[in-house]
This record gives sequence, structure tokens and C-alpha cells, in this order.
Amino acid sequence: MHSLAFDIAHMFAGAMLVASFALLYQRRMSGIVDTYVVHSLILTVAAGWQAYIQDAPHLYVTAAIALVFKTLIIPIALRRIMRRLDIHRSVETVLGIGPTMLLGVGLVALSILLIFPVTESADAFAREDLALALSVILLGLLTMITRRNAITQVIGFLSLENGLILAAVGVRGMPLVVEISVAFSVLAAFVVFGVFFFRIRERFDTLDVQALGEFRGERR
Amino acid sequence: MNAMSYGEIALWLVLGTPAAAAAILAMLPGYRTTAALNVAASLTTLVGGLILLGSRPEPGPYLRVDDFNVYLVVLNTFVGFTTSVFSATYIGHELRTGRLTPAYLRFYHAMYQTMMLAMNLALVANNLGLLWVAVEAATIATVLMVGIYRTHAAIEAAWKYFILGSVGIAFALFGTILVYFAAQQAMGEGLPAMAWDTLLARASDLDPRLLDLAFVFILVGYGTKAGLVPFHAWLPDAHAEGPTPISAVLSGLLLNVAIYAILRFKMLLSANGEALAPGPIMIAMGLSSLLFAAFMLYRRNDAKRLFAYSSIEHMGIVTFAFGMGGPLANFAGLLHMAMHSLGKSAVFFAVGHATQVKGTQRIDGITGLGSTHPTLAVGLAVAVLAIAGMPPFGIFMSEFLVVSSTFAREPLLAIPLVAGVLVAFGALAMRLHGMVFGEPSPGTAAVEASYLPLFSHLALVAVAGVWLPRPLVAWFQAVAAMLG
Repeated sequence: MHSLAFDIAHMFAGAMLVASFALLYQRRMSGIVDTYVVHSLILTVAAGWQAYIQDAPHLYVTAAIALVFKTLIIPIALRRIMRRLDIHRSVETVLGIGPTMLLGVGLVALSILLIFPVTESADAFAREDLALALSVILLGLLTMITRRNAITQVIGFLSLENGLILAAVGVRGMPLVVEISVAFSVLAAFVVFGVFFFRIRERFDTLDVQALGEFRGERR
Repeated sequence: MNAMSYGEIALWLVLGTPAAAAAILAMLPGYRTTAALNVAASLTTLVGGLILLGSRPEPGPYLRVDDFNVYLVVLNTFVGFTTSVFSATYIGHELRTGRLTPAYLRFYHAMYQTMMLAMNLALVANNLGLLWVAVEAATIATVLMVGIYRTHAAIEAAWKYFILGSVGIAFALFGTILVYFAAQQAMGEGLPAMAWDTLLARASDLDPRLLDLAFVFILVGYGTKAGLVPFHAWLPDAHAEGPTPISAVLSGLLLNVAIYAILRFKMLLSANGEALAPGPIMIAMGLSSLLFAAFMLYRRNDAKRLFAYSSIEHMGIVTFAFGMGGPLANFAGLLHMAMHSLGKSAVFFAVGHATQVKGTQRIDGITGLGSTHPTLAVGLAVAVLAIAGMPPFGIFMSEFLVVSSTFAREPLLAIPLVAGVLVAFGALAMRLHGMVFGEPSPGTAAVEASYLPLFSHLALVAVAGVWLPRPLVAWFQAVAAMLG
């Protein structure tokens, strides 16, 4: 029906996927946080656009939550933690940038192959939106796996959550309870993460998650 | 006042009591009053759960009490109550030895009630989104509890649990979104497309291929929470490093809640008819959990870690039973969930007593309980034998039912099943021998904590092994039929 409206929604979902790839190749800590802000900003716009074209005012709330929590509060808190713990160096990755990007492309192909065949009866926008959202989720997972640093793992997880919300707003008429709760649980999860940062800092003097591996319960 | 409003009051007791108690306990100082209040709140919740047996509220778009979940609500509130009694004395000891500070104690009690609220909410949720939110809240609360001692190992365990649990829960949400997506095409937008009962009624209209894909995400997501192999990595660490009452609740209740969530979705797939049969996947995951955990039970040197692996083993048996399906196997699975909850929390109560008197969690540090603490030794021995599947306890009966129904239908699958159960039995019997007999290790102080929770659980497991009340059997049969 509104082909232009759908194209614009596609553009936002696609832009989020690009931002996910950008997260994957960032090496500097501050760059990763900046990219996460862009990621969340695109989510805000995408959710707001969905609210407009679906004529679903409650999605504006989702967009507002994404704007306030994800582009303001969480990045500010992350930067504070980084300043307090004095971590500005680059992040060690498990894999090189090249192989990681190739894996990412593979994951996008995988999610398209997974979603398209099972949603033939659905409208074109919803199925492509779901495929893009699943790609964002899988790329978030890949970001978590390929970084050894606790903060980048957290950002990988947060971008994964962004992908989930993209999926939720793209499906028409999803009840409100889900979006709000997702947003609040992200905040709650973040508080938990914050607590953990300080504990990890306090105990290990490093945010490198590898250091945790020494303390396996069996080898005490 | 008519019967329906009693049901509503009961539902409010089950959900409202822990919510209010969590808020109050977060503010109150002092160990004795807060521990007593924790017990009182858990008792009130249990009363609410028991009233729900008699009269249920009308199902709404968000909450629903039916035959299936009311039994888990009662089990949940009962174990929540007995664990709060155990915790009251256990935590007093931790406070004296300085492992916990008063500030953390306040936090501990508030989180205990938050956790109970989240689990009860997950059980009575009709809306699939609400179910997800409740499981997420339970995850966050338990992560904080696991990390409460703030040792290296506790922080590692909590971090691992948190990362794996969050990713699992994210997958579960994607699965939930896919189910709604399928429902929205068939039933239109809005709340009914998220409510489990309306979904079940219209299940045959949903796109089977979307349901298939959704179920895979659900199984990976909630399966992580249930500790099924290969998503089990967080479970032994989380059980070993948190306070023992939390290990009891994690094993006895949270794993059941995760299995319950999977079963709700399995029922949708079964009702659809055209979707893939979830049985074989669940059988495969159940068997691999059982066999993996059974062999991992050997060479454990940490008592709580040992019994955490035993929980993976039992969740494997439960998943296997529900994967087999049919009236008998479902009956056995339901019985096994209940018996495992009671038995495993009893084991953790006994291990908690033992670690406090011996001052260590290592199995080679807990030896000769028979001569230093005879009552505790009897309690531990009976609990471990019950969980290992010795007759005449209830776990033997449910395992026997699983095995015999498997023999009747798929004799080949019974071979690995029996092998896994026997291997696990051998490991537990071997460890138990050293802990009860053998040279007494240092630490002869008397047990201060109450034995009541331990022995009341054991009595229930023993009675259930020889005699199940007829109404209970009829009720299990009805639920088993409902599960398909």
C-alpha cells in the first residue's frame, strides 16, 4: 500500500544492520560507544517511523524510551565507567577484522535463508524486517563472542537487545507490555552490569574477561 | 463472597505478598526481624497457593490459573516457604562468620522475595510476553544472589550465568515475537494474539513453519534457563558459588519454571497438528543432558557442584519424559518435576548444614558425618539416596514410570536412559559413602540450623513413593492428557 513508507522503514532497518557491522570492526573503546549511540538513534527513528505508519501511538513511547535510555543514559554511564577505570586503549579481538566481517556476512545470509522461506504468506515488509532484525541480533552475538573486554561484551548484548526491539516494533500491533518491559529490563540489566563492572574492577584490576577464567570453581 | 472472589484473593496473595515483602525487606534493618518476616511472607504466599487449589480466578488476558500451573504454584510456594525457614537459620550462621554483612543481608531478603514473585508470576502468566518478563526478572534476581559473596569464584559464576542467561532470554523473546507474528496473521492484532489460551484455541490456524522456527528459539532460550546440555555451562558454577538456600531454590524451582515455559509452547505446537513434532528434539536434548551430567558426576570435588550436575541429569530425564509424550510419560514427567524439587532442595539443605559445620564445600573435607553428626548423616544419606533413584522414594517411582513407558514404546531409547540413570546412581553412591562413613574430618560443632525443612521434604518424597492420594493421581492424569 504505502510503498514509500515501507521503503523508508526498510532503510532504517538496513541502516541499523550497517551500524551493527560498524560495531563489529571498531577497535577503540570510545568508538564502540559512539557507534552504539548511532545504533540506538537509528532504533529510535525506526520505532518512531513505525508508530507513524502503523498509526500506533504507543510505539512513540518505545521510541522515547530508546532515545532517553539508550542514546543518553546508558552511553553516559558507560563513558563514566571508562573514565573512572581509565580504559581508553583499543580492544583485543579474538579474531581478525577480516574473518569477523566475513562471519558477519555469513550470519546475515543465514538469517535471510531462515526467515524468508517460513514467512511467504506474510506481508513483504514484516518478513524483511524480521530478517534484518535477526541479522542485528546475530551480529550482536558475534560482537559479544569476538571481544574479550567486559564493556564491549555489554555493548554487544545491548545491540542484540536493539535488534529484538526492532523485531517487536516491526510486527504489527504487538501489545505494549512487551516493548516497555524490554526497555525497562534493559535498564535493569544495565544496573546489574554496572554493579559487575565495579566488582570486577575491584577484584581483578582489569576488565579483560579472560582474567575471570583463572578462578574456575573446580581448581580451588 | 462467592468462590470466584476467593480465587482472586488467593492470586493476589501469591503475587502481592512477595512484592510487598520485597519492598519492606529492602528497607528494614536487623537480622532477626527480617528473617522472621521473610518466613511469614513465604507462609502467606503458600496459603495463597493452597487456596488456589480450591477456587481459581476467572482467566484474564494476562493471568490464568489452570490445572497445569496450579500444581507448580503450590510446589513453588511450598518449597519457597521451607527454604525461607532453612535460610533464616543458615543466614544467621553466615552473618556470624562474616561471609555476609548486614547490608547485604537486607539485599538478600529483598531479592529472595523478588525471585519468588518473578517465579510465581511466570507460572500464572497467560500472556506470553508477561511470561518472558517474569523469567527475565527471575534471572536478574538470581544473578545478584549468586554473586552476593563477592569472592572471585562467585563473581565469575554470576558473570557467566548473567551472560549466558541474558543471551538465552533474548532468544526466547525472539521466539515469542515469532509466535505473535504467526498469531497476528491468523487472529488479528492485539492482546488475544499474545494470550496463551486463545492461541491454543486457534492453534490450528497458525502458520506451522513459523511455529517450528519459533519453537527452536524458545527451546534454546528457555532450555538455557533449564540447564539443558549444551547450554548448561552456567548451572554448576551458579549453584556452587551462591548461598545454599539459593542453590536449593535454583535447582528446585527455577529449573521447573523454565521447563514449564517450554511445555506451554510445546502444547501450542501439538495443538497445531502440522508443525514439526517437538518430541524428538526434546528427547535428544534430554538424553544428552542425562548422559553428559551422569558422567560429569564422577571426579567432582565440590559437594554443591556435584548436586548441580545431578540437577542437569534430572532435568534431562524430565525433558526426555515430556519429549516421549503420551499419558504415562507425561504423568511420569510431572511427578518427576515435583519429586526432584522436593528431593533436590532437601539435598541442598543437608549439604548446607554439612558445609557450615565442616567449614568447607569440598567433598574430601566433609567425611565421617556418621560419627560426628548422626542426624545430619541420616538426613543427607536419605536425601541423596532418594535423589539417586533408590526405592521406595518418589523419584524411583517416577523414573520407573519413565523407563517402563519408554520400554513399551521405544525399547532402543530405554538403553541409554537406563545406562545414564545407573551411571549417575553409581557416582552419587560413591560420594555419599565417603561423606557419611570414613575418617571424621575436623569440625564437630553441633548443627544450629533447623532440621525441619530437610525432614519434611524427605517425608513427602518417601510418602509419595509408596502412596499417592487418589485425587492427586486423577489430577496428574488430567494434566498429562492436557499436555498431549
